[in-house]
Amino acid sequence: MRARRLLSGGWLSVYAFLYIVFLYLPVIFLPIFSINTAPTPKFPLTGFTLQWYADLPHTPALLDAAWNSLKVGVCASVLATVLGILAARSITRYRYPGRRAINGLIMAPLVLPEVIVAISMLLVMLQLGLSLSLFTVVLGHVLICIPYSMTVLTSGFEGFDRSLEEASADLGESAFGTFRRVTLPMVAPAIISSLLVCFTISLDEFIIAFFLTGTEATLPIYIWGQLRFASKLPGVLALGTLLLVASFVLMTVAEVLRRRAARRTQNEGGLYA
Amino acid sequence: MTATVEGSPPLRMTRARRNALLQSEPVQGFALISPTFLYALVLLVLPILVVIAHSFWTQHYLTIDRTFTLENYRVALTEPIYRDLLWRSLYISLTVSLFTVILAYPIAYFISFHGGRHKSLWLFLITIPFWTSYLLRVMSWKVILGYNGVLNSGLIGLGFIDEPSTALLYNSSAVIITLTHAWAAFAILPIFVSLEKVDRTLVEAATDLGDGPLRSFLRVTLPLSAPGVISAALIVMIPTVGDYVTPKLVGGKDGVMIANAIQAQFGKAANWPLGAALSVTTMLIVTLMAGATVLIIRALQRLAR
Repeated sequence: MRARRLLSGGWLSVYAFLYIVFLYLPVIFLPIFSINTAPTPKFPLTGFTLQWYADLPHTPALLDAAWNSLKVGVCASVLATVLGILAARSITRYRYPGRRAINGLIMAPLVLPEVIVAISMLLVMLQLGLSLSLFTVVLGHVLICIPYSMTVLTSGFEGFDRSLEEASADLGESAFGTFRRVTLPMVAPAIISSLLVCFTISLDEFIIAFFLTGTEATLPIYIWGQLRFASKLPGVLALGTLLLVASFVLMTVAEVLRRRAARRTQNEGGLYA
Repeated sequence: MTATVEGSPPLRMTRARRNALLQSEPVQGFALISPTFLYALVLLVLPILVVIAHSFWTQHYLTIDRTFTLENYRVALTEPIYRDLLWRSLYISLTVSLFTVILAYPIAYFISFHGGRHKSLWLFLITIPFWTSYLLRVMSWKVILGYNGVLNSGLIGLGFIDEPSTALLYNSSAVIITLTHAWAAFAILPIFVSLEKVDRTLVEAATDLGDGPLRSFLRVTLPLSAPGVISAALIVMIPTVGDYVTPKLVGGKDGVMIANAIQAQFGKAANWPLGAALSVTTMLIVTLMAGATVLIIRALQRLAR
């Protein structure tokens, strides 16, 4: 009977609780020590301060990095979402030979070691004589964002009632008109969700940016550079906390929108299926 | 396809056929996906082919000699330093995928069988930390495990130890802990999805036929969720073998992995062909290891039935 208790909800919910603690605990230390007066992150806490946050806007290199991250994030998320819309639409709407293979290739960056993706792109870009810049970072980020964009969008497109589109076509609307006036409004939440997810990934991504950028740093690269100096740690913790909050907010909004999109097309799953 | 290309039928006929072809499902579908497909070809397949080509060439100071050679592979496989790094990377990625899957399974089970109406809320809670910056999560482990870190100062404060332990940071255990934490959510999702597909009536049938809960779990639920376990193991194993940030931040001298060596060949050491050969070798070996894992899990699955 021990087995029954073990498999029942009781023990498992205790385990689930501990697991959530394990997932969140490390991340929570960043905000805790970012408002601590001591420059080294150790217990006991010495006192409350917002000094480390107040210093952030007075660091020009940080502001440059933030601006670069914003530019890269916007470009990468828009491009990845456009390419994702085309692919997700094709995968969910049409049947054709090679469909699964093409889908597999597009999703491949999700499971490949990032270092290998990064160095192979680096090699090609150097061979083509492209100088490394934020543009090459965008190219890399688009590649790794597309799989996530696809996942969000297919959940929005799937289970989509085709008869609505057919009705629109029968009533004389052109293919583009049908897409703009029938399809688009139904999938708009999924598209916005995809934009937010891709932006978050690009904002937090380090390896690809590290290999493919020239002299311009994005926020994670700036953080990486600062990590070498122990005295800079509190500032990095404060910046890290802001990034955590940004990712958290963006992903929550994205998830709410994705669910709304899935409800509209009466389909469950999405990011988690 | 060939009908429209070959021969010279009357013009009107050809046009009609061409229109029919352009409006056919396969062509429209393929046309729609082609930009994304081309993007992946140019920025993923082509680069990987270029890496494979480089791995057979030789670096001469600033130029690359394009005569075919296997010398890079000989170095990658026989030089003790690369061999050791490769083994360590494989060992770490295998251990991490084992830990993540074992730790993740009960959670996925809990959410799928006892999640009730709050399934998606649970999944959301579990995936949120995963969406935060990977670099920041690794950094927080450095803060926890460091010499003057949270764990050491906490243990001293509680009176368990007298002086900071150096055993926590800068070794392969620190890398394993950090990676297990970083990839936790990635392992839960595929297992959850396959548990959702388990037909609940089968579990009931097993219980009705006299199997205890543990037995019906081992003989029905667990084997049926094997596909999820397989994809969870692979989705963790393959990327972690090439992890760069974690060994660099918390690995120290004893936690260096193959990605750090690869990066060095493309950076300071400036030996692209060797770096390429190391990348290809890593990918091949991790593919073999992944294949073996799939076979082992499938064999266990058959055994359980």
